[in-house]
Amino acid sequence: MANVQAGVPPTEKALQTEREGARPRSDLSRQRLRSAWMFLAPMILVLALVAGWPLVKTIWFSLTDASLSDIEAAKFVGLRNYWEYVDYGDGEGEYFGLLFDPQWWNAVWNTVYYSVISVTIETALGLVFALVLNAEFKGRAFVRAAVLIPWAIPTIVSAKMWAWMMNDRFGILNDMLMAIGVISSPVAWTADPDTAMWAVIIVDVWKTTPFMALLILAGLQMVPGDVYEAAKIDGIHPVKVFWKVTLPLIRPAILVAVIFRALDALRVFDLIYVLTPNNTQTKSMSVFAQENLFQFDKFAYGSAASTLLFLVIALITLFYIKVARLDLGGRGR
Amino acid sequence: MGFRNVAATLAAGVMLSGGAASAEELALVSGAVGKDISELRMQLDEYEKQSGNTVKIVEMPASTTDQFGQYRLWLSAGNEDVDVYRTDVIWAPQLAASFVDLKDAMKDEIPKHIPSIIESQTVDGKLVAFPMFTDAPALYYRKDLLEKYGKEPPKTWSDLTKTAEEIVKKEHEAGNTQLTGFVFQGAPYEGLTCDGLEWVASSGGGRIVSPEGDITINNDKAAAALDMAKGWIGTIAPEGVLSYKEEESRGVWQTGNAVFMRNWPYAFALSNGADSAVKGKFDVVPLPAGEGGNSAACLGGWNLAVSKYSKHKDAAIDLVKFLGSERAQKERAVNQSRLPTIPELYDDPDIAKAQPIVASWGKVVDNAVPRPSAPTKKQYNEVSKEFWTAVNETLAGRGTAADNLDKLEKRLRRLKRGGWE
Repeated sequence: MANVQAGVPPTEKALQTEREGARPRSDLSRQRLRSAWMFLAPMILVLALVAGWPLVKTIWFSLTDASLSDIEAAKFVGLRNYWEYVDYGDGEGEYFGLLFDPQWWNAVWNTVYYSVISVTIETALGLVFALVLNAEFKGRAFVRAAVLIPWAIPTIVSAKMWAWMMNDRFGILNDMLMAIGVISSPVAWTADPDTAMWAVIIVDVWKTTPFMALLILAGLQMVPGDVYEAAKIDGIHPVKVFWKVTLPLIRPAILVAVIFRALDALRVFDLIYVLTPNNTQTKSMSVFAQENLFQFDKFAYGSAASTLLFLVIALITLFYIKVARLDLGGRGR
Repeated sequence: MGFRNVAATLAAGVMLSGGAASAEELALVSGAVGKDISELRMQLDEYEKQSGNTVKIVEMPASTTDQFGQYRLWLSAGNEDVDVYRTDVIWAPQLAASFVDLKDAMKDEIPKHIPSIIESQTVDGKLVAFPMFTDAPALYYRKDLLEKYGKEPPKTWSDLTKTAEEIVKKEHEAGNTQLTGFVFQGAPYEGLTCDGLEWVASSGGGRIVSPEGDITINNDKAAAALDMAKGWIGTIAPEGVLSYKEEESRGVWQTGNAVFMRNWPYAFALSNGADSAVKGKFDVVPLPAGEGGNSAACLGGWNLAVSKYSKHKDAAIDLVKFLGSERAQKERAVNQSRLPTIPELYDDPDIAKAQPIVASWGKVVDNAVPRPSAPTKKQYNEVSKEFWTAVNETLAGRGTAADNLDKLEKRLRRLKRGGWE
């Protein structure tokens, strides 16, 4: 209660103490900290159960020879699923394991390629959509709702729908492109190795641009109107206003939207599994893991792939936060 | 379940003596192409009346590759909700541990069936699954078009190529620009392993892995067979064939847009259906042979297995017996042109009248080529994936057949290491 007596608002004071950290904590701040932990405890417990435990289990299975036919019989084999040298006894030998599996690295490359391209396009388009939706025009409420439709459709459904639209013989896409003369003969979008990845990217962009637009729109609406008025009075060109005022002010919103999308994109599974099944050109890390876990008798190897998938995503995310100087702690305003 | 169903089930149970002691609720999971599910439902309705049990169908996608992943997951989790699984002929060694041994329960039935099919479902003396129908593909051809241009049904792949080229060219000139020459299953999945194996085996290129477990795929004849198939893409076959499974090929064929199709016998009944554009205009012959080889048909077929986690094992075995019986197989042959696993049925006059393909297919079934699921044991799925990937990439023009088969051999050797397990 010392804080109140000193006439300092307790919240401010307590936060300050907590922030600086070095000073001994007061009773109150200790109490606040305790209640904070109490409130957090259920969530931490649930997270540990539904996220932590499966993760630990997966890492454990990746260090065993587990098989789905008899999962109880799994034995510890060390890092063999990641790295193993098999000596054939005649001076020759070969490296095995995930780190030496070109198909795994192909999946990593596919995933990164897909994520970078699709998230970039989605961000750019989402920004344009958001700017349009932010402007005053008649029927804005209707358009704002309509834009969200692709995002509301389950991925499996939209993937199947696009698979039919992209069908080489019956698909409407080829029909339209041929009618306007862009292509002269039907393109087998999902089958041709040169277009398969782009087919996946097109569907993903169609589906997730509304999501990006929505998040960026939320950021745009936080920008106070008076900065625009001030810019207008000073006679600044609208393009310059966009680059110098709007963009810096919505940058945090964009960065958060990008990281949401990137995390989603790096884990991509359903879209690829349905649209271009088993295609080497589009196989993502998650598809690779699923294949080994359930299609092949290699549960341990698939677990190793899942573990590396987790590590790759964690590393990319950390790198991104560092480079973008993203403020997730809410400290430096 | 509605009240009426319950009442009907109870009434049936009371009226029929000799059925199961009390009504049980069973679940059967099955993938499907064509009319599989509606036909199965009809038979199950009859079974329900007869036994007093009720059976629910859990419907799965058409691709055997997709089904397998789901089943493996359920079985390894000890799923009690599904009692009977419809299993592909190649799965027995991989899923043997999760199914009940049917050997004793079926001992009166087993001698009626084709021994090699029973053999394919037996793993270490255990009968893992009981045959429902077998499968051996056919070459479907357009009788009307071949007659129009004075052509015979092709006996070799090069005949097929030439005939298709000529007919497509002339038909295009005549304004039928939608027509394509040949459709098959070119998508990267289990079906392409069948198609690829047929091209290779019919050219004398072996069976990927020999029955003794030796990797034999990297040879000149196999490479030549794949090069030949590569030559079809974009000429007599549409480029989209690289994403076609059975039903997509049938879609092109049944709308009258293909001269030839490689498909299983189920397409025969459907192509003769009232809504088919090719009704009465087509016929079937065994698949063509390669240079200096013999026609090779990949052995397919579906079986029924009882989960060891089922709570109604006896009733489930009873159901399997019913669906594998001579009567059920005959009905399936008549309505769906599904090939029976009981040799006598190939001489059955009713079947011959309804579905001539079945009557003439006994020999093709006898000589069908099995995929190497027995020698490669639990690793079969991965062997198959490596093979279909190599074939699909060759067809798509990513690397030559010789290079891809060379790579395939190395990958299979890595998989095999000391031996298949």
